[in-house]
Amino acid sequence: MASRSQDPKLLRRLLRAKDRIDAASSEQWPIARLAGISGVSEAHFARSFKDAFGVPPHRYLLTRRIERASALLRDTEQTITEIAFETGWNSLGTFGRVFRDIVGSSPGEFRAREKTASLTLERVPHCYVSAARRPGLTMAVSEKRRLETSDNANASEATEAP
Amino acid sequence: MSQRVGVAGLYVRDQDEALEFYVDRLGFEVHTDVRNGNYRWLTVQHPDQAGFQLGLFKPQPPTIDEASAQVLSEIVAKGAMPPLVFIVDDCRSAYDEYRARGVEFTQEPIERYGSVDASFRDPSGNGWKMIQER
Repeated sequence: MASRSQDPKLLRRLLRAKDRIDAASSEQWPIARLAGISGVSEAHFARSFKDAFGVPPHRYLLTRRIERASALLRDTEQTITEIAFETGWNSLGTFGRVFRDIVGSSPGEFRAREKTASLTLERVPHCYVSAARRPGLTMAVSEKRRLETSDNANASEATEAP
Repeated sequence: MSQRVGVAGLYVRDQDEALEFYVDRLGFEVHTDVRNGNYRWLTVQHPDQAGFQLGLFKPQPPTIDEASAQVLSEIVAKGAMPPLVFIVDDCRSAYDEYRARGVEFTQEPIERYGSVDASFRDPSGNGWKMIQER
């Protein structure tokens, strides 16, 4: 997948929008808000963001929310319901379904598994540990679900409207 | 101490802009600023850290070819360069001070792991983690 050459000045402004998602992934991030931060039109923003970072902005947001939820499941005693709402989901059902689709297990199963694994990463700055544990999300959640129920699907054709 | 790192460099999109940022906003001082044609060797040094220079280099010919320079400029602007860590005595007061000088913070100070950390970016997109000394 060769990406087109992009203007570094535009990329720097797209990075600003990505940084804002990173800083507050539980907030609502409609394209209009993100496009405003980057100083480009909504249509241009979605396309440029995907070209730059490889995933549509909404999908990037989902990975960050699941990443944060995973950390809270692992590192705190908060209930799954509390974590779902704290990380930006409006419904526990949606959170559970997307979590399972991305991580491969339910929030409860993930928590039980992680609690038994002892990791000593205190010497690595938190954000880098967090980035290293970021869930991979190279296709749409809905697409992933379709593939799992289809024998002859072709993953390379997975697309998603942002 | 006879063996140590003397210079480590960053890629920046504009050396004048980077100089202004690292010197006027973050408190570094110019160590070396020499030109040879289009090429400019520019390093800064922090007054608290004699012996280490931070290079502010523009990816450009003749050191690298035009096509590679373009790719590197894009990577820097996407914030994909390696981690950088800036140590401070007091993260919250440094945050207030640098923010007032127009530094673009991407994370407010957070207390965790027995310290306090924040994050900022330089104008080019290089990301710094600012960590309070334990």
